[in-house]
Amino acid sequence: MQNKLFTLTFLILINTIVAQNDSTKIKRVPIDTIKPQLNMDAVYNRPFLQYGKTPVALGGYVEANTQYAVTDGVTEGFSFQMRRMTLFVASTISKKIKFLSEIEFEDGTKEINIEFAALDIQFHPLFNFRGGVIMNPIGAFNQNHDGPKWEFVDRPISATQLLPATFSNVGFGLYGKLYKPKFVWAYELYLTNGFNDNIIGNKQNKTFIPATKLDPNRFEESYNGEPLTSVKTSIRYKRLGEIGLSYMGGVFNKFEDDGLTLDKKRRADIFAIDFNTTIPKIKTVITTEWAWTFVDVPDTYTQQYGNKQQGGFIDIVQPIIKKKMFGFEKASFNAAVRLEYVDWNMGTFKETGGNISDDVFSIVPAISFRTSQQTVLRLNYRYQWQKDILGNPAAKTAAIQFGISSYF
Amino acid sequence: MKTRIITLCILIIIVIGCRKIMPKSPKEEELLDGPIEGLTAQQTAQFLKGDVAFNDDVFTPQNGLGPLFVATSCGSCHAGDGKGHPFTTLTRFGQIDSTGNQYLNSGAPQLQNHAIPGYQPEALPVGVGFSKILPPANTGLGFLDAVTDADILAMADPNDADGDGVSGVCNWVTVPSYCQHRANYISQGGRYIARFGKKGAAYDLLQQTANAYNQDMGVNSAFEPYDTYTKLEVDPEVSNVTVHDVVFYLKTLKAPKQRNQNDAEVQSGKQIFIALGCEKCHKSELKTGTSDISALSNKTFYPYTDMLLHDMGSALDDNYTEGSAKTYEWKTPPLWGLGLAKNSQGGSYFLMHDGRATSIEAAILLHGGESQQSNNNYQNLSVSDKQKLIKFLESL
Repeated sequence: MQNKLFTLTFLILINTIVAQNDSTKIKRVPIDTIKPQLNMDAVYNRPFLQYGKTPVALGGYVEANTQYAVTDGVTEGFSFQMRRMTLFVASTISKKIKFLSEIEFEDGTKEINIEFAALDIQFHPLFNFRGGVIMNPIGAFNQNHDGPKWEFVDRPISATQLLPATFSNVGFGLYGKLYKPKFVWAYELYLTNGFNDNIIGNKQNKTFIPATKLDPNRFEESYNGEPLTSVKTSIRYKRLGEIGLSYMGGVFNKFEDDGLTLDKKRRADIFAIDFNTTIPKIKTVITTEWAWTFVDVPDTYTQQYGNKQQGGFIDIVQPIIKKKMFGFEKASFNAAVRLEYVDWNMGTFKETGGNISDDVFSIVPAISFRTSQQTVLRLNYRYQWQKDILGNPAAKTAAIQFGISSYF
Repeated sequence: MKTRIITLCILIIIVIGCRKIMPKSPKEEELLDGPIEGLTAQQTAQFLKGDVAFNDDVFTPQNGLGPLFVATSCGSCHAGDGKGHPFTTLTRFGQIDSTGNQYLNSGAPQLQNHAIPGYQPEALPVGVGFSKILPPANTGLGFLDAVTDADILAMADPNDADGDGVSGVCNWVTVPSYCQHRANYISQGGRYIARFGKKGAAYDLLQQTANAYNQDMGVNSAFEPYDTYTKLEVDPEVSNVTVHDVVFYLKTLKAPKQRNQNDAEVQSGKQIFIALGCEKCHKSELKTGTSDISALSNKTFYPYTDMLLHDMGSALDDNYTEGSAKTYEWKTPPLWGLGLAKNSQGGSYFLMHDGRATSIEAAILLHGGESQQSNNNYQNLSVSDKQKLIKFLESL
């Protein structure tokens, strides 16, 4: 699998290099700035490069950073991290048929994933068919996660350790949009392969829905024969911003095998709400998301694994200076802050009635310099309090991070 | 221009702020984890390997958990190497005297009260006697392990020859074949002096560790190869090397340090502690013999235990026992680290063998049997003296 992906990557790069030999034929596919955009549009609304009149457009982004982190006075020193390199290939097969794939290399080549590889067929703006490897639309970050769009080196904890960030599966579904003068409304509905038992049996020692991504066979077959349902609806009013409501749920356990019943069907259900807006006069951008998960953990299992969780984040980004700087025409300098919280185990201990903790809170002030919308240099400072399941004194972590991220 | 100045100011504040508010290490004496002083580089490396296996290794159904279990990792029961919390309380049952456990075919001695999905956990047989046992702190175990049998036996006074009302006996047990006898061990009718566990029935830290993998997590090893669910001998799910690393880690965890030793009230509290007769069992000072870990050899340390069994009275008699202990006998728990217990128990005290005491005073008042006189003495103290005593105990 890895070899095939390497070959594909190699071909894409060769193609790009060949294309660069005649730079006059390479053009940047303009990003749609006329129609109001939703988070669900992020997958296509990227700065692709196209060679001549070929129907194929290429793109990608890269993220790298260094960080110095200290937890309760103990540090591992400086680390340089190649978080990810992602390659996109988009193809317009006909006016109403498109294909897009996204392949991500994380932490060097430690993880190589097909994040998206789907064919879209439009029958009507309100009725589009999508099939292939689909990114399940839970929350907004999962749909709109490209590194260069964010002022923060780390992805939100709630998006990566409560929800499964960039969670994609094989499946089919429908989506559509309705444009009106004052608003745009959209929906998505997919059935895909889904969860597995890793949710309540993992090295995190907690109910951890992202652990479902560790099943290497999820692109090949369903773990339990039960489809995962993902539904999202969102609406953007011109002045108010975009609000999205999403749900993802399904059976996570292998309840039968070879026709024999092993357990009852156990579900994991996730609900999320997301919102983003820009305050017109001061151009402050606010992005927030909150999610709740409900997991049917057997009563006879350990309380280490909770059956209710919640968490979310809010990002506030304030452009400070926006003008030509250092020769960059559309440069900007921004200040930002992120507040985030996750409680992996809501509830109380059966034995004592005391609160089950297992939660984290962090605050991340940041500054960023954008040479354009496509490229960002960012300096973050993170301060984090993390409590264990018993609620013992929090482990305090602080980190200074400097990173770059850019589309290419 | 104004914007630039503001931006510059924000930058400067952030950079200075970052330097100032990096989280500092807690004070050394406030931590229970960390190695003893004097380990070689090789020993430190093994300590770290054991630390990872103990605190970071999580068992799941895929790598050996269960099918029946109590907890999913060592660290689940011993957060920060301190005392445990009632949510991982162990339940032992089925033995009422030294003739052995009569319920081995019913899952004894330990109840596995959890099961992986698709399995049913064990239930207590009707009418059986049982004890709830809170996970103990791990600190300083290597020092206790290195005390010689002769020194322990010297503290015993089975017939109360000195007439002080306090006896103290050893728990004589049959030692598993995989345990090696200590140097200069003392035996009695094929039984040996055990020293770990609330009943003091585990001979050494290897037995304690192998049992915990097997009985607490349902993880089999070459030492304890019988699965608690099927009762069949199965392949090891944890390697011998890992078990030995964990044993080494436990042996070389540092001993808790007393805090505020120079505080006048703490010093006064210690005198009260001795005057009440508490020190007859909670011996403040012990010494190690020769150990194969030189950093543990011939050291004087301050655990506040005599490592012996004592009659604690009917209120603490659960009608369950281990080894040669009576159902009303409990091993004197070390008091070192007592003041830090809340930091590993979620901010509250859960004291005595089953965590039923939620304050130090409540724990004192539960002392019966041989310790009843000390309990009475405590109740006769003035409020001020009680506070001094508690302050001393919290300094440990």
